[in-house]
Amino acid sequence: MLRTAIVGLGKMGLSHYAILNTHPGVQVDAVCDTAGYLLSVVAKYTGVRPFSDFRKMLKTLRLDAVVIATPTSTHYQLVRSALDHGLHVFCEKPLSLSPKESEELVTLAEARKLVAQVGYHNRFVATFRELKRLLVARAIGDITHVLAEAYGPVILHPSTTTWRSRRSEGGGCLLDYAAHPINLLTWYLGTPVAAGGTALKSVFSSDTDDAVAATLLFHGGESAQLCVNWSDESSRKMTTRITIWGTAGRLFADRQECQAFLRSRATAPAGYRDGWNVRFITDLTDQVWFYLRGEEYSAQIDYFVRRIEGRQEDENINSFASAFATDRAISMIIEDASRRPHG
Amino acid sequence: MDRLVLGDNQFFGINHMSEEKGRIQSIRFRDIEAVIKVIDFAYDSGIRSFMCTTHERIGLICDHMRKSPSRYATFQFLPCMPYAHKYVNAITEAGVLRAIKRFLPREGILDAMIRGGTAVASKDIDGLATLLIDAEMKMFDGLSTPIIFLQNVVVDLLLGLKFDNAFRIFAEHVKTRYQAEPGFITMNLPRLLSALEKIGITDPIICSNMNKIGFRMCGGPDAYNKALSAGHCRAFAMSVFASGAIPAEEAMSWLSGQPNIHGIVFGASTTEHILRTKELFGKYWAPQ
Repeated sequence: MLRTAIVGLGKMGLSHYAILNTHPGVQVDAVCDTAGYLLSVVAKYTGVRPFSDFRKMLKTLRLDAVVIATPTSTHYQLVRSALDHGLHVFCEKPLSLSPKESEELVTLAEARKLVAQVGYHNRFVATFRELKRLLVARAIGDITHVLAEAYGPVILHPSTTTWRSRRSEGGGCLLDYAAHPINLLTWYLGTPVAAGGTALKSVFSSDTDDAVAATLLFHGGESAQLCVNWSDESSRKMTTRITIWGTAGRLFADRQECQAFLRSRATAPAGYRDGWNVRFITDLTDQVWFYLRGEEYSAQIDYFVRRIEGRQEDENINSFASAFATDRAISMIIEDASRRPHG
Repeated sequence: MDRLVLGDNQFFGINHMSEEKGRIQSIRFRDIEAVIKVIDFAYDSGIRSFMCTTHERIGLICDHMRKSPSRYATFQFLPCMPYAHKYVNAITEAGVLRAIKRFLPREGILDAMIRGGTAVASKDIDGLATLLIDAEMKMFDGLSTPIIFLQNVVVDLLLGLKFDNAFRIFAEHVKTRYQAEPGFITMNLPRLLSALEKIGITDPIICSNMNKIGFRMCGGPDAYNKALSAGHCRAFAMSVFASGAIPAEEAMSWLSGQPNIHGIVFGASTTEHILRTKELFGKYWAPQ
């Protein structure tokens, strides 16, 4: 059994805890959080061992892996300590607040040969994976342009009180929300070479951005536009949408469906035809052992476990290195914004 | 208990296959009158039970029903709580504890506030949970709610955390305060059933996805079949058509071959859908 601990008992920490707790190859030995009340409630009702001091937990327990789901500003120190202790790490996104720190963590994890994964769960959503598969198969030829969007009802009032409303802790739409579509862009197109035309806009937050618009340029000449707004109540929950234009067709995906318009039968992979094709999440999704809010959350944890056990040999989905590419794109956007009046 | 139950996903833009379809439905049902019209048609066709989340717009339907008690004499709400996105969004915006405080009753029951305060201070989840249940139930005052469901995000979170005692807190409060039967919605039926059995909740009402393609049936259709065969729960099937992924006839025919299904929750947005579902229900599930 893999011995694990959860660090951070917010929305994602609790969700990861529930998922790990049901995994047949995993035991959760401890939870760690600085909020004493929540920690004691969880400990009291589930019997798990509580820690308020991360370092003390690492010293006290023999663990194999930790899941870190704390505010982004704390990731670097926590991940570093965990890797220094020889632990495999699953860290929530984004990896850190600076590409320099992320790069350091990439190097450290690789040097220590530890499994290090970041929680960009969209790469485990069947529709977005199908898009990747179609791109690799060159179903739409050469990519020309991509539109990456995300909308949702997170910040709908002027005063909010969590770290998500403070830029210094990693809050804000760009770091906390746009990171998802940016991560998909880097999966499909690689690390961008430049950002331009950025507008980081506040809608309600006084200290950070609630909406992001930016253009990213890529090595092969592809371009992408990013349009993200987390103060959009017209979406019931977060919706992420990717549209990709290529020389031989157009692809679209959100969490529910994948649409492919292929200009010619010649580029169509098996099961696809020329013209319109639609695949639904109901057909594409693989079964998971436990479901909470989406198959992808369980699938990414299982992938992490399989990699630790040495049972998963492939492209290394959501490695620290791939998260580092996202952090670099984010920092390009911030830098571009700082050159403009909106920044 | 009615065996054919109208669900409410379609009224709130929830469609598991297409966000676009969901949005079109949200627009179509933007006025509550449009929702009531569909419910009325179902009711007049003999479908008396309506399973609904505790979304604030359901409160408008409750108001409407309260105004015409004789028209809706045998109408039954099967509330399912909480409306999870309300909580998930609030937690993202305000943090876990502040989000919970936000949904505690603010007016009326002063002692409820005090009890809430104590619950937080003494780390007594029981008191807090019952306050949250009461807050969600407020909109159904004076209406018939024979079964009260705990929504799947909450059920499955508690199930994963192995916080099994919470199910008992919910079940007991629903029975004593509302004289209702507790129900549990889950995407993990076999696992939930064994957790409930362990804490002595026998023959529970469980509502879960059951469809021919195994969509969101964790553990797989075979494990579901095995769990149901034992006959230790009253099962309601939902997502039978998997948001339209399975043709209606094929879906119902498959379901009729599954053991011990007590009833079906279906989402219909047109009169044709309602009549068709009712007809298929009659064909494959001879009235008992």
